Amino acid sequence: MNQAPYSKTELMICVAARLFEDGTTCFIGTGIPMLAAMLASKTTAPNIVPIFEFGGTGAILEELPLAVGEARTFHKGVSALGICDTMETAQRGFVDYGFLGGAQIDPYGNLNSVVIGDHDSPKARLPGSGGGNDVGSHCWRTIAIMQHDVRRFVPKVDFITTPGYLTGPGAREAAGLPRGTGPMAVVSTLALMDYDPETCRMRLRALHPDVSVDEVKANTGFDLLIPEQVTVNAPPSNEELRLLREEIDRQRFYI
Amino acid sequence: MQILESGQGELIQPFDLDEFREWNRTRKTRKLTDKVMTEQEAIAQFVYDGCYIGTELYGTVRCPMSLAREVIRQGRKNLRVCGQGVLELDLWLAAGIVKKLDITYIGLEVYGTSSCLRRAVESGQVDTCVEWSNASISWRMKAAAMGVPFLPTRSMLGTDMLKYSAAKVVEDPFTGTKVALLPALILDVALIHVHRADKYGNCQIEGISGFALEMARACKRLIVSAEEIVSTDEIRKYPDRTVIPYYLVDAVVHAPYGSHPGEMAYLYGRDEVGIKEWVEMSKTAEGAQAYLQKYVHGPKNHTEYLELIGSDRLARCVELRERREA
Repeated sequence: MNQAPYSKTELMICVAARLFEDGTTCFIGTGIPMLAAMLASKTTAPNIVPIFEFGGTGAILEELPLAVGEARTFHKGVSALGICDTMETAQRGFVDYGFLGGAQIDPYGNLNSVVIGDHDSPKARLPGSGGGNDVGSHCWRTIAIMQHDVRRFVPKVDFITTPGYLTGPGAREAAGLPRGTGPMAVVSTLALMDYDPETCRMRLRALHPDVSVDEVKANTGFDLLIPEQVTVNAPPSNEELRLLREEIDRQRFYI
Repeated sequence: MQILESGQGELIQPFDLDEFREWNRTRKTRKLTDKVMTEQEAIAQFVYDGCYIGTELYGTVRCPMSLAREVIRQGRKNLRVCGQGVLELDLWLAAGIVKKLDITYIGLEVYGTSSCLRRAVESGQVDTCVEWSNASISWRMKAAAMGVPFLPTRSMLGTDMLKYSAAKVVEDPFTGTKVALLPALILDVALIHVHRADKYGNCQIEGISGFALEMARACKRLIVSAEEIVSTDEIRKYPDRTVIPYYLVDAVVHAPYGSHPGEMAYLYGRDEVGIKEWVEMSKTAEGAQAYLQKYVHGPKNHTEYLELIGSDRLARCVELRERREA
């Protein structure tokens, strides 16, 4: 069967969706993480427990939520409580994965969503942490989903909003963050990255189809670790594309 | 306890717990008194220039939009704001009435970043932004609700969030690990929109409760707007559903479709056309002003606002509501 045409965003969502582990609790941020969670719940991970910060837990994701507090975030859910409940649940170790985005990411997976430039006289004021900092602090593993270019993949973020590995091995624990937590992967429009366990630096893991190592390097503002073996992500299946286009984002908010 | 790190952000709303206790003792009646009033009366009586104010939940979800519009209509200014918002705080920023922000998130969610926030902060119109995560700001209110000066947390550690907040990092005296201490937040005024209230202010909320329970207990004045005013018999039939008891409440405003163009769980869904109109118009300062003219200053009150929106559009929102399974 011929490969159906697809966009970089659609592929990014599919690769992110395949990272969801069935039967786990997942904190879901606004935007692309919601589409990935929906796709995962309709394909490889039907029993994920989505958690939305303002109180929705265990929703059945039949319609795409457009806000982290809207009724679709607790549609047929197991509970509809408040933000203190969901955040305290994460703080005591009950949330396995956090899926989030950001405007900038650095080699240690630190994310910025507060300002471009200086905090007190910014070039661009961004929305702020929202729950991002909390998700990055308390979830066992976090996965960032980002557009891939040199403005976003930077050697040093202008402002650390959401903690990745901070300055490297041991830095999270030294800062008082919960032991054994940290970023696991980055899904971009070009590739899937993970982190080298020794140095905690970002490492290429798998290229998207038709993307070269050089293209990834050229769009990354720091030295990305390149292992000897780099695999290639499978393109979106026809079923994944059908679900994305006909069920998940019919109105094309994102894709 | 040794302080290991202090955020350099301003504590925009210093607090005094004994004064708060005294306030709760002397300024909040225990009597069942009828607190129903118009939004004009409530805002005129309780919201003042320079006050520290917050809204719940946010922007497009169970948000006190009719009260937020009335704050602008009455020309309140120099507000110090607890900032988690979408449309409501965007309107305030566009109206130029916000001076300082304890900011967590102000943006347009699915529609991206807020042009109003960018203009207001980058121009210096908002002179202070102190950073907090969503959990941190909620726990600050929880501390005040508990009547304690701070809550420890493992949020914000190791990041610039801590540096630009007013939190402090200390060594936990019990375990020796580092924790961030979040100062209690006692608001001067809080605006909360609920599904049902009786005339005394006993409130029921359906769906997620966001941070309503914490905010209602962490403020000196609480204005509640409600989709429906119900009898106290109805409240007393289901006491387990009362999440905000009357003695916390200073004003009860009847506001059907009070969250429009946002949603209200099980009653009406989002008015996407209305939200997109703001998204488009707010891209420029002129557009934002035109929107304020049309939707805030044009209608005299919430009733006229609803007439402007029209019953057809409101009926469509009702069609889109989340439904409970039979």
